[in-house]
Amino acid sequence: MEMYFTKNHEWIKVDGDKVVMGLTTYAVEQLGDITFIELPEIDAETKQNNVLCSIESVKAASDIYAPISGVVTDVNSELENMPEVINKSPEENGWICKLKMVNTDEVGSILTKDQYNDLLKEIKE
Amino acid sequence: MQTMIALKHTPLFNNHVKHGAKMVPFGEWEMPLQFESILGEHKYCREQVALFDVCHMGEFYFKGNLKKSGIEQAFPFSLHKIKEGTCKYGVVLNEQGGIVDDLIVYRLAVDEVLIVVNAGNIKKDFKHIQQVLKGEYTFVDISEKTAKLDVQGPLSTEVLKEHFGDEINAIPYFGFKHLQIHGEEVLVSRTGYTGERGYELYLPYKKVTEVWDFLLQDKRIKPAGLGARDILRIEVGYNLYGHDIDETITPHEANLDFCIEYDKDFIGKEAVVKQKNSGVLKKRIGIKTNTRRAPREKNRIQIKGKEVGHITSGCYSPVMGCGIGIGYIETQFAKQGNTISIGNGSIQIEAIIADPQFFKNKSIRT
Repeated sequence: MEMYFTKNHEWIKVDGDKVVMGLTTYAVEQLGDITFIELPEIDAETKQNNVLCSIESVKAASDIYAPISGVVTDVNSELENMPEVINKSPEENGWICKLKMVNTDEVGSILTKDQYNDLLKEIKE
Repeated sequence: MQTMIALKHTPLFNNHVKHGAKMVPFGEWEMPLQFESILGEHKYCREQVALFDVCHMGEFYFKGNLKKSGIEQAFPFSLHKIKEGTCKYGVVLNEQGGIVDDLIVYRLAVDEVLIVVNAGNIKKDFKHIQQVLKGEYTFVDISEKTAKLDVQGPLSTEVLKEHFGDEINAIPYFGFKHLQIHGEEVLVSRTGYTGERGYELYLPYKKVTEVWDFLLQDKRIKPAGLGARDILRIEVGYNLYGHDIDETITPHEANLDFCIEYDKDFIGKEAVVKQKNSGVLKKRIGIKTNTRRAPREKNRIQIKGKEVGHITSGCYSPVMGCGIGIGYIETQFAKQGNTISIGNGSIQIEAIIADPQFFKNKSIRT
């Protein structure tokens, strides 16, 4: 599965039109201890870069954006009572939801791992 | 052209940076927000024993006749009634009855007290007390020479006994003793800001790095930052000056009138007596939500769509498993059990009014 990244610090793993998404290690480090996540509804329609759901950490509340347009097919319900899983394993067990992509072309507008690492270098300077 | 004013550092700043702590501005100071994780440090304090750097707080030393010097005028409670070897929590007020600061007074001897104040109010508090003094006395701000470390958690006595000796067992809640640790004399009081059994240590600034390192050599003790400290204190309903209490809030509004003695004279007495008789328009309350979402400072409190108050502190509470907060609401609605709605920007959170001492911890007093 190919892994891509967005400018909003989400990651996606793509397999055909099936997508799994979550927050990057960098995003989670910035947020701090996650205390709450409002998972999206299954069957909800998503539009790339629109707000998908919300998340809270000890510090603040934040929005999570849809990395691609499509439909939510599954959510990681474990996160409802144990949002700390996101802190422990942001890019594996802390996956947030699964989506069915409607337009596979959208992947072209998302960053590769190298491009995302470059973005992080710029931010940290 | 902008002038950057450098933030102040405690003597432990370099230790914290070396430890990898996340350093953040706190008033005029740069302090550790967390060493590893805020929730991890909170849990460790509630279950074991955590160490906090609170050197930024202020300390004043007074020596003189408590009555003749006029110092009693600055306080709405009697200093001379505080037993030697014990301390007392209270507030000091302005002429309008507004809270200038909340603080702790230690009765060191018949004519000596130590007054411990919030970091952001050191100059203000010093002036407040100094203005009433007369005759012969010594009154000095020793904040820059006095370091403070908090050791808090259910295992604190057991662990500190090994370093301070058995004498620590004899210190009652709100009592204090001068004890020795690692060759240094330390004032050890059984007080704290976390709701756990614990101690506040006062020692010379130049010795604090050694004592901090010495304590952390005991692997049972872990450092904790201000992030954890904030959750710990909200869980037991303790106020944070500048947020839950300030000069626009009076003791009756804040439910801090328990420390007022009406049979003495003090700055703000007239205003306080007026409020005691006529009542107040707003009251401090605790808030418990039905979600993991946290109420945040400045969120509005609504009942049936009408704004009736606001939040002054809030967080997710690991102990309660939900969002909790402290706030103020119109007095007529300030009843525990009343349902309220909190405006979180774009979202409304449902909540109820609760006792701000969200949970009671038995180990603190035994």
